[in-house]
Amino acid sequence: MTDTAQTPLWEVFIRPRNGLAHRHCGSLHAADATMALQAARDVYTRREEGQSIWVIPSSEIVASDPNDKETFFDPAGDKIYRHPTFYDIPDDVGHM
Amino acid sequence: MDVANANVDIPNQASLISQLIRLGDDHLVLGHRLSEWCGHAPMLEEDLAMPNIALDLLGQARALYTYAGSLENKGRDEDAIAYNRLEHEYTNLLICERPNGDFAHTMLRQLFFSCFMHQYWQQALSSTDENIAAIAGKAVKESDYHVRHTAQWVIRLGDGTDESAQRSLDAVQQLAPYVNELFETDDIAAACAVNKVLPGPSSIEAGWNVQMSDILEQAKLPMPEYQMGQSGGRQGRHTESMGYLLAELQFLQRSYPNMQW
Repeated sequence: MTDTAQTPLWEVFIRPRNGLAHRHCGSLHAADATMALQAARDVYTRREEGQSIWVIPSSEIVASDPNDKETFFDPAGDKIYRHPTFYDIPDDVGHM
Repeated sequence: MDVANANVDIPNQASLISQLIRLGDDHLVLGHRLSEWCGHAPMLEEDLAMPNIALDLLGQARALYTYAGSLENKGRDEDAIAYNRLEHEYTNLLICERPNGDFAHTMLRQLFFSCFMHQYWQQALSSTDENIAAIAGKAVKESDYHVRHTAQWVIRLGDGTDESAQRSLDAVQQLAPYVNELFETDDIAAACAVNKVLPGPSSIEAGWNVQMSDILEQAKLPMPEYQMGQSGGRQGRHTESMGYLLAELQFLQRSYPNMQW
């Protein structure tokens, strides 16, 4: 079973509570989707962490290239006007 | 659990206490066996999955022992029942004390037992004893998962590689002699089925066969031929491996009597 060709890697996403989004919490090895879901339940929800689980094959994730970091992310660095911090919030609105 | 108002309307309360301890012993001993895999599982994911099941079984044993002790009313708590008895006083099914064997063997043993217990707890949900119905309410969800998880493994191993198929087939043949004892219904078990306090073990057999043949067919494995089987666990007659199991299980209480932490 240590042959990872038979047990590929899966990424696990857990939704902690109703209303919140699924969040990535880790990965695991499993033979197929059913076993991946059960393993995720056993590994990541032992302490009532979850209401819902997603698993997807890690190989299906399309990731940005670390070498593209400058092109992808640096241009956002000096555009502070994109943060919604230049508005006066009326007191009646309360916490946003 | 509040048992002060327990209204146990059966002919023989001693039978109920005995049967509760039998069930508790099944869960304690099999839980201990499963816990032996901790740190040795074939993959990290199973190294958590099996102790999870073991802890469910221990929890069920605790509830059963606690209720039995309170009915008995002789001051024995769950620990006293779990740890302070001699080998012949344990009345678990022999299948629960069998050595783990390989992973296929452990999964099939768990499937045989959990499939039985899941149907047992389903029936016990409508027990006329509200304490038993409450224990069943928790256990039925846990055992449902045990069946699910072990069935998926048995199917994948049985219908897997040549080696996993052979090991699974060996497991069916090695465990077959220990299946019939699941359904044995002696006077004590029958007394508890009166007024639907606890399910009669024999009433589970047909349902067990239906569910098991469905799973084993998917696993491309034969049904166990179990009609001629080993027996004696309920009377305290154990296999050789039980003494070794108890030596480890009871070590702390034997070395440091009444110790707590």
